[in-house]
Amino acid sequence: MTLKSALLAASALVGVAATGALAETTITVATVNNGDMIRMQGLMDDFNAKHPDITVEWVTLEENVLRQNVTTDISTGGGAYDILTIGTYEVPIWGANGWLVSLDEGMSDDWNADDLLPAIAGGLTIDDKLYAAPFYGESSMVMYRTDLMEAAGMEMPKAPTWEFIREAAAAMTDRDAGINGICARGKAGWGENMAFLTAMSNSFGAKWFDEDWNAQFDSEAWANTLDFYLGMMEESGPNGAANNGFNENLTLFQQGKCGMWIDATVAASFVTGDDSTVADKVGFALAPDNGLGKRGNWLWAWSLAIPASSDNQDAAKTFISWATSQGYAELVASKEGWANVPPGTRTSLYENEKYLEAAPFAQMTLDSILAADPQNPTVDPVPYTGVQFVAIPEFSGIATQVGQQFSAALAGQQTAEEALANAQELTTEEMEAAGY
Amino acid sequence: MARAITPRKKLMWTVLAWGLGLLIFFPILWTFLTSFKSEATAISDPPVWFFFDWTTENYQAVLERSNYPLALSNSIAIAVGSTLLGIVIAVPAAWAMAFVPGDRTKDVLLWMLSTKMLPAVGVLYPLVLLAKWLGLMDSRLLLIVILMLINLPIIVWMLYTYFREIPGEILEAARMDGASLKDEILYVLTPMAVPGIASTILLNIILAWNEAFWTILLTTVDAAPLTKFIASFSAPEGLFYAKLSAASIMAIAPILIMGWFSQKQLVRGLTFGAVK
Repeated sequence: MTLKSALLAASALVGVAATGALAETTITVATVNNGDMIRMQGLMDDFNAKHPDITVEWVTLEENVLRQNVTTDISTGGGAYDILTIGTYEVPIWGANGWLVSLDEGMSDDWNADDLLPAIAGGLTIDDKLYAAPFYGESSMVMYRTDLMEAAGMEMPKAPTWEFIREAAAAMTDRDAGINGICARGKAGWGENMAFLTAMSNSFGAKWFDEDWNAQFDSEAWANTLDFYLGMMEESGPNGAANNGFNENLTLFQQGKCGMWIDATVAASFVTGDDSTVADKVGFALAPDNGLGKRGNWLWAWSLAIPASSDNQDAAKTFISWATSQGYAELVASKEGWANVPPGTRTSLYENEKYLEAAPFAQMTLDSILAADPQNPTVDPVPYTGVQFVAIPEFSGIATQVGQQFSAALAGQQTAEEALANAQELTTEEMEAAGY
Repeated sequence: MARAITPRKKLMWTVLAWGLGLLIFFPILWTFLTSFKSEATAISDPPVWFFFDWTTENYQAVLERSNYPLALSNSIAIAVGSTLLGIVIAVPAAWAMAFVPGDRTKDVLLWMLSTKMLPAVGVLYPLVLLAKWLGLMDSRLLLIVILMLINLPIIVWMLYTYFREIPGEILEAARMDGASLKDEILYVLTPMAVPGIASTILLNIILAWNEAFWTILLTTVDAAPLTKFIASFSAPEGLFYAKLSAASIMAIAPILIMGWFSQKQLVRGLTFGAVK
């Protein structure tokens, strides 16, 4: 080997080694399968160009499978993931357990925490420490068919009452033509019908627990909530409503079979999108109330958090800074248009004229998010936080069982009284067993 | 005297058999059709059967978004590896139970089967902690061992019923000729039991292929098989049926093809022995 070729080989080796050193940190991100997250995976070139020393591996899973996976990992200190996509329900519980890393330090300089929407950031903060960075936020609102509303001779106010919704639903219903005045969740599950019903119950003055953690399903307010829901769904809801979740109702609405649909604000982009047959006939209004000072809308955010068991916390913070920054919103806008920017996390987005122009539902989304208060979700004071959930570990299990009771009532398998009595009994039992 | 089968009866049975067959096959057919539809067509009501714009965009999207070759190779390694390891352990066990049964053999067999009744989630945390301690999380080896343990009772039971069909005298004759225990199992018993072993292997590969609790919970990226690949295409909020169908077809295609070519052994395996 000549000296020249030896030198060449050596420099090639150094080059390879240097590349290896640059790409030495690999972070694994566990995430849900939603449009915004998939879009981010398609925009990774930008991150890779800015941070060639960090390789990002994605594990995309269905929401419930993801929850099972990351809960197992984080509670055993498994360290399989460096970044978790988690909901508003998990953050306060996991943060308080010491399972998450605080994001108050170590984020990049241009990541502006003060710009986060207060209602969203409040749900991710424990003892003044932020434990997750919101990537996408949502509330719920009324989506309605403007043509059917007009034909019914009614006008949707910006902030309707439940009475108005029920009346309008009855007026729009034309079962021979396959039109149901109201579509709402009925499928059992803490994130399914119980998200809708818990938020709705807040506006009826109901609550899950009193200040001593006693279950409150035997209260008049809960009886009113469930009677109203069942009555309205019987008069104007679709057949088989007890099996309907987000996707089923979305399908019905897109095919022109719902007069109104109360669900996540994210649905706005679907019902006005290309797949919708009624895209140009959709109006939006705030979730209904009963004049008691609380509206029936929820608050949810998918956020990125770092488990304490991660070995790559600095690289993880670098990634989260990129993914939840204003710069990322601009990146999405430049590649796919402003309407596709993940909504509901930053004040600056709602001050951006271009965004407000591109997304007709933007103002209503913001108003809905701001109308929710996870710290004081109910009319009466309660010992818990969370609008459509109670931020305690036992909630998901209990609420899924309660959801089955309410879903059975909607399917006509039992009366509202029986459902509430069963809910009261099982909640009391579970809470006592958990030591409350 | 054998009863005559009238043409009418024959026709009735044929129609019934085809009807049942199609009914069982229908979900796969529907998944196949949906995988070539657009997301909007996939949820249309009334459903569209054959006349729509066939598109392969779902398959493209699925291939773009995930590492199918890795998931496929993991599934093959885990399913085949756990089954073969199970066979190596189960053949001597089944031999002992079939040819030299003790007083408690029946009890042992029943006890083994009873472990299948244990809810998997009950041992989730001990297993995760053990795997973490051994440094085996997200490895093929871990899943090979765990799926082998889960399916071992079934492998032993199946082999036991096959071995019971083999006359013990033949093995005795081999022993008389001076065959050692190893020779007896390897050169006399195994060749006679090849059809039984083959169907056991096929059935257990299918069981391991479809296992979706441990394979999803104990893997992250490197050892993630096709079950985890499918789980990434479903969502509670959004339209995904067409892509999920494409992912499902890609995940079941290899095992479907294997099942097609080995139908005879599979049917024999399912109707042999205890339930014959």
